[in-house]
Amino acid sequence: MTREVKVLGPGCKRCQTTAEMVRAEAERLGVEITLEKVTDYAAIAAYGIAATPGVVVDGKVVHAGGLPKAEAIGGWLA
Amino acid sequence: MSCSCTASNNNTPETPQGLPTRVVLGRVVVGLAAWAGVYAMLAPTSNWLVARLPVEPGSHLADALAFFVYDTPKVLMLLALVVFAMGVVRTWFSAAHTRKLLSGRREGVGNVAAAVLGVFTPFCSCSAVPLFIGFVSAGVPLGVTFSFLIAAPMVNEIALGLLFGLVGWQVALAYFGFGLGVAIVAGWVIGRLHLDGWLEGWVRELRSVAAELPPERVTFADRVDAGIEAVREIVGKVWKWIVAGIALGAFIHGYVPADLLAEVMGRDAWWSVPAAVLLGIPMYSNAAGIVPVVEALLGKGAALGTVLAFMMSVIALSAPEMMILRKVLTARLIAVFVAVVGAGILGVGFLFNLLFV
Repeated sequence: MTREVKVLGPGCKRCQTTAEMVRAEAERLGVEITLEKVTDYAAIAAYGIAATPGVVVDGKVVHAGGLPKAEAIGGWLA
Repeated sequence: MSCSCTASNNNTPETPQGLPTRVVLGRVVVGLAAWAGVYAMLAPTSNWLVARLPVEPGSHLADALAFFVYDTPKVLMLLALVVFAMGVVRTWFSAAHTRKLLSGRREGVGNVAAAVLGVFTPFCSCSAVPLFIGFVSAGVPLGVTFSFLIAAPMVNEIALGLLFGLVGWQVALAYFGFGLGVAIVAGWVIGRLHLDGWLEGWVRELRSVAAELPPERVTFADRVDAGIEAVREIVGKVWKWIVAGIALGAFIHGYVPADLLAEVMGRDAWWSVPAAVLLGIPMYSNAAGIVPVVEALLGKGAALGTVLAFMMSVIALSAPEMMILRKVLTARLIAVFVAVVGAGILGVGFLFNLLFV
C-alpha cells in the first residue's frame, strides 16, 4: 500500500529537511510513499495548522511545527 | 530575525533516548557548574592576554582590544545560557496550544495573554504567515493575533540574552517589560480600529478547522535536548554577527568622541528618539548585530530610551517581515501596523529618557 505524504510549508530550510527525513525513513522501512510539498499559503491554511512544517499522511495531519523525530515518522508510516 | 523555531519535538541523535530524569538532571548541573567555572576565569585570562600584547597600556588601541577580548567570550557564554533556558521552557508551549488558548478570547486580557505567549511559543519568521492565518481563521481576534506577532520576534531570547550580557539585567528586564507593553497596546489599538476588512480577500473567506494532533510524550531528556539544540543552532548562526558587532562596538569605545554622541543621541536632543525609530525601520539586523553597538553607544553617553527605541525599531519593524505579511495583509493594514507599533516604540523611548536620568 502506498502512503500519500504531504509536507506543508512555504519552502524554508526546515520544511525541506522534514521532507528529506520522511523520504529517508520511508526508504529505511521499505514503505512506498508519494511525497508532495505543499507551499501555497491557502492550501496550507486549509489543513488547520498553526505552525510549519506540517506533515499530512493519507489526508490526516500528524505533525505541525519544528522538525519531527525519526521514530515518530516511522510511526506515521507504519 | 532569527529562526528560533526549535520545537518541542527536536531530537539530537547522540543522546540516548529514555535516560532517567535523575541522570539528565545530574548532567545539566555538571554542565552549568562547568559554565560558571569558565565564566569566572574570563576576566583574569583576558587581562593577562591583553597585557602581553605589544600595545601601550591605556592607549585607545589597548582599550578597544581589552573590550573585544573580554566581551566576545563573555557575551557568547551569557547568550548560550539564556538561549538554553528559553529552548527548554519552549518545550512546554506550541503554536497549536497557544491558538487554542487565544481563540475567542476577548480583547484586553487576550492581548496580554497573546504578548506573553508570543515570547514563549516557538516561533520562526518563515512560519509567520501560516501562523497568522491559522490564528485568524480559528477565531483569534485580529488585534490579539497582532499582539502575538509583535511580541514574538521583538522580545526574543537573543535580544534578552545579549542585553543581559552586555548592558546588564536591569536593561534586559526593561526591554522585556516595555517590549511586551508595546505588543499589548499596539495589538489592542489595532483591534479597536476594527480592520478585519483590510485583510486580503482570500484570508477573510478562509475558515479552517483546527487540526487535532496526536498527543506526544515529551521526556525531561527531550526538553534538555531541545535546549542544547537551540544553543547549537542559534549561537552557531549568530556568533559572526556578535563578533562583528563587538568589533564595531570596540571601535566606538576606543575612538568615537563622547561629546559628539552625547550631543546627537543624548537626553537633551528630543528629536533623536523619532529619528532613531525612523532610522530603524529600513534597517534590518537581528538582535545579535545590534546589541553590541547599543552597549558601546550607551557607554559614550547616548540616552537609554533613544538607543532602546532604535533597537526595537530595527528588530520589530523590518522590511522583509512586512514583505512576508503583505501576502495576507493589504498595504493599508501594513501601514497602520507600522504607524501603531512605531508610535508605541516612540512612547517607550520618551518614557525611558524621562525615567532614567
